[in-house]
Amino acid sequence: MFVWIPLFPLVGVVLNGLLGGRFFSRRLIHGTAVGAVALSFLASAAAFARLLGSTEPSQVKTLGVWIPATVVRLLSRNATSFSVDLAFRYDSLAAVMTLVVTGVALLIHIYSIGYMAHEKSYARFFAYMNLFTFAMLILVLGANLAVAFIGWEGVGLCSYLLIGFWFSKDAAANAGKKAFITNRVGDFGFLLGTGLLLATLGTIDTAQVNALAAGGGLTKGTATAAALLLFLGAVGKSAQIPLYTWLPDAMEGPTPVSALIHAATMVTAGVYMVARLNALFSFSGTALTVVAVVGALTAVYAATMALVQHDIKRVLAYSTISQIGYMFLGLGVGAFSAGIFHLMTHAFFKSLLFLAAGSVIHALAGEQDLRKMGGLRSRLPWTYRVFLVGALAIAGVPGLAGFFSKDEILAAAFGAGNYAVWVLGLAGAGLTAFYMFRLIFLAFYGPQRSGPEAKHHLHESPPVMMRPLQVLAGLSVVGGYIGLPHILGGGNWFARFLEPSTGLHELHLAAPTELLLMVLSAGIAAAGIAAAYIIYIRKDGAPARRLAERFSTLYRVISRKYYVDEVYNGVLVNGTLQAGRVAAAFDARIIDGLVDGAAALARGVSSLAILFDGRAIDGAVNGLGSVHRVLSGALRRVQTGYVYNYALAVIFGILVLISLVVTIF
Amino acid sequence: MIPINAVLGLGLLLFCLGLFGVLFRKNLVIMLMSLELLLNGVNVILAGLGRQRGTARGSIFALFVIVMAVSEAAVGFALVLAYFRQNKTYDIDRLNKLRG
Repeated sequence: MFVWIPLFPLVGVVLNGLLGGRFFSRRLIHGTAVGAVALSFLASAAAFARLLGSTEPSQVKTLGVWIPATVVRLLSRNATSFSVDLAFRYDSLAAVMTLVVTGVALLIHIYSIGYMAHEKSYARFFAYMNLFTFAMLILVLGANLAVAFIGWEGVGLCSYLLIGFWFSKDAAANAGKKAFITNRVGDFGFLLGTGLLLATLGTIDTAQVNALAAGGGLTKGTATAAALLLFLGAVGKSAQIPLYTWLPDAMEGPTPVSALIHAATMVTAGVYMVARLNALFSFSGTALTVVAVVGALTAVYAATMALVQHDIKRVLAYSTISQIGYMFLGLGVGAFSAGIFHLMTHAFFKSLLFLAAGSVIHALAGEQDLRKMGGLRSRLPWTYRVFLVGALAIAGVPGLAGFFSKDEILAAAFGAGNYAVWVLGLAGAGLTAFYMFRLIFLAFYGPQRSGPEAKHHLHESPPVMMRPLQVLAGLSVVGGYIGLPHILGGGNWFARFLEPSTGLHELHLAAPTELLLMVLSAGIAAAGIAAAYIIYIRKDGAPARRLAERFSTLYRVISRKYYVDEVYNGVLVNGTLQAGRVAAAFDARIIDGLVDGAAALARGVSSLAILFDGRAIDGAVNGLGSVHRVLSGALRRVQTGYVYNYALAVIFGILVLISLVVTIF
Repeated sequence: MIPINAVLGLGLLLFCLGLFGVLFRKNLVIMLMSLELLLNGVNVILAGLGRQRGTARGSIFALFVIVMAVSEAAVGFALVLAYFRQNKTYDIDRLNKLRG
């Protein structure tokens, strides 16, 4: 039963989150976390096997009503019979995603045992990682946009928690906030898009939305608006132009986090969502074009920034942005399965690259600056080997996973007649090959530039870290063959498997053209690698320095990341702060003025009341008192206390009485 | 036979002596004794007038007065004694705690 898949990590979160920190040994903590993900992976594999054996293209499991129609009617005032079910759908797309998510998460969890071995908050780390896996699976399996949104927000939360894992460091805490707030912008679009679909279609079930969009249940304009709003969510989550600035900063988190969340899974959620709603995007051609253009621009734009970064993880971060751009490019030209194919291969080789970079950083005791590395090939032979595999895969060297997926996307772009997008993609491919090998040559070749202490500390990572890397390296090599195109003798099994979910993308290209495109993309990858070799090995970086001097302005602009962060800070952040200040001033002057005025008025009135109270009321009360005092002061004289006085009075009284009696009677 | 006027004169004399003692003496005990005198002056007049009329009513009433006087004296002396225990004095001028 596929609903078991997300359940295991949830159990892991509960165990490690509630008990782990206090009662569990480190062994038990990572045993629980890894075991949970491993069970989840097994469940995914079992569900996948069942799907292969079944004729049903998708299974839906409804656990119950989440928001009953009565509640919706109460909230929306108009009579609607709409309700939201807590429903999950498992189809070929979800199968691919669950396998990738749980598989990569499992390897990264195992790797983390070694990488986080010296960490104090061990249980917290693994609880967050499990929580992330759980949320990601909910996002993938959610049958409607509302359930998917739980996962969508959950992964955002985990991203925030894990970027800021070392929250005592200012940079990490700020990066976490930046990621969360930037994602808010996108999530707002996601919510609006969901609302628009709900208002026009009356359903947010993804399959029904697709069916209704394909069946003409929507106007073109509405479909475009809804698709673009949802794409805004994807842009935020997947770090595309213009909401990409949070991802490089997110590298403040621990490296396994960067590999799992910010390379393999969460940032591809946007790609998944667009592929999930492919009929909606296809129906609105405009939205699809926007997706393609944004993806292509991001692919090149982020690649240029990766060229000049000195931080090993930031190079990979920009590379991730660029590669996700490729995925969107693929989706945008209608090749949904190609986009998902690249998502999968990218998950393999990018998490491999991140984890290998983590191994380098681990070996160098936290050093991330490429300028302080160099010559690590002989000292870290295994790390070097797996890193090289990852770099070859991402560069698109024929035979490795990245080649097939990237080539399929580029061929689809060319086949769709979208030549501008294709040229951008091709240029990005060359840049990708170049910056990856720049990284390799700087880190692993040449003289050792690290300090003596780091040199002394230098060691290859333990097996618990190396084994997952080797598995990922294997996947980076063979992962592409499940999508081997017809032209190379394969049947593109992957695309056919995804057909029930994403539809089949027919490539109308002549065989020679397709082969030529392949040769071209392989050639441009080779050119990029060769250029990096000449510049960084032969000439020891001299041409790079010369170029940087010659075009110093351009170099500065790129290395400062096109000043986008500065612009965002200046315009958006400061704008918000300014607006806040204006509001504060309004608050202080007008609102507080009103409140203070009312208070002053009340004070004036009450001082009058005090005056009245003091003079009139107290005067009356005190006057009564003093009248009594004066009268009683006269009377008290009589009360002498001497018995004989009283006796005298008695006698006089009797005499008076007697005389009265005598005179009257 | 004693003339009635002599009896009345004696009673009046006793009454006036008692009244004088109550009003002008400063000693509590003497004041109480004067009170007895005052009552006995009345008794003499009662008994004398009763005998003149030839009835026993006056004497009987006098007997009642004597009984009452005894009770009064018992209570009065008890109070005086209690007062003395507290203040070690019989002086009536010091007994003015109820002064307003």
